[in-house]
Amino acid sequence: MNDDVQRLPVVTDQDVVRVRQLVRTVAVAVKLSLVDQTKLVTAASELARNTLVYGGGGEAEVSRVHNDRRAGIRIVFADQGPGIADLDLALTDGYTTGGGLGLGLSGARRLVDEFEIDTEPGKGTTITVVKWCR
Amino acid sequence: MERVPVLKIGEILLVSIQIDMEDQVALQLQEDLAERIVATGVRGVIIDISALDIVDSFVGRTLATIASVSRVLDAETVVVGMRPAVAITLVELGLSLPGIRTALNVDLGIAMLARQDEDIDLLGDEDDTDQVAEPTP
Ligand SMILES: Nc1ncnc2c1ncn2[C@@H]1O[C@H](COP(=O)(O)OP(=O)(O)O)[C@@H](O)[C@H]1O
Ligand SMILES: [Mg+2]
Repeated sequence: MNDDVQRLPVVTDQDVVRVRQLVRTVAVAVKLSLVDQTKLVTAASELARNTLVYGGGGEAEVSRVHNDRRAGIRIVFADQGPGIADLDLALTDGYTTGGGLGLGLSGARRLVDEFEIDTEPGKGTTITVVKWCR
Repeated sequence: MERVPVLKIGEILLVSIQIDMEDQVALQLQEDLAERIVATGVRGVIIDISALDIVDSFVGRTLATIASVSRVLDAETVVVGMRPAVAITLVELGLSLPGIRTALNVDLGIAMLARQDEDIDLLGDEDDTDQVAEPTP
């Protein structure tokens, strides 16, 4: 079950800042701990930048979710860019095709509770992350 | 585009990042700082990140680049004021910021710079009489 879905375009540098701010606001509303807020906003910043830089732009969707035990936040980043041909490689610490640090994907995965990538060369990439309240 | 101000205080440059920086703003800061180091001849730079609620890999890399560039220009950089939650997150992200010196706050950062550069009166008046360094035997 989920409610309160908010969508943001990810097409400019400024949009990446807006995604960080929205995720922070929702993380506070859901009452994530300060450290978990920080981890989630950092992961969102990494993934939003990838959507922009590698995906050629796309969208972020932030929702409050809950199961029978806990509340949480789900963020979906979607683009229709080139996709990721070798996921294992892309998820390796230090691997970058863009002169970055290569820590965005692998680091974001460590910072959240659930991490799912759906990608197809030529079609695009959708990454879904969830962080639950402890 | 917003710009992060670079202040000269005594013999150091102080940068206090008070905004959530777009990537371009961070890159601009990197350029501005390099220019100000050369223009002022300072030997120390302090970057206060106590207002930042996150540091991601882009900002982390920018801080590391600033530290390397300033070192090449004969100035030492100290990053001060990192929040505990930011430190925990950075380590889990995989970014240990090698080559970056850190201190808990601005005062300790200044003290750190002063220790590594004892012949320079970092916060002294700019019209201090020149001190001629004795050649070491
Ligand atoms: N949305 C995306 N679309 C296409 N490729 C991507 C996407 N996100 C990540 N990648 C690929 O995965 C690599 C690793 O990403 P990341 O870990 O964030 O490192 P960096 O951003 O520093 O390159 C990128 O260099 C890129 O090749
Ligand atoms: Mg990245």
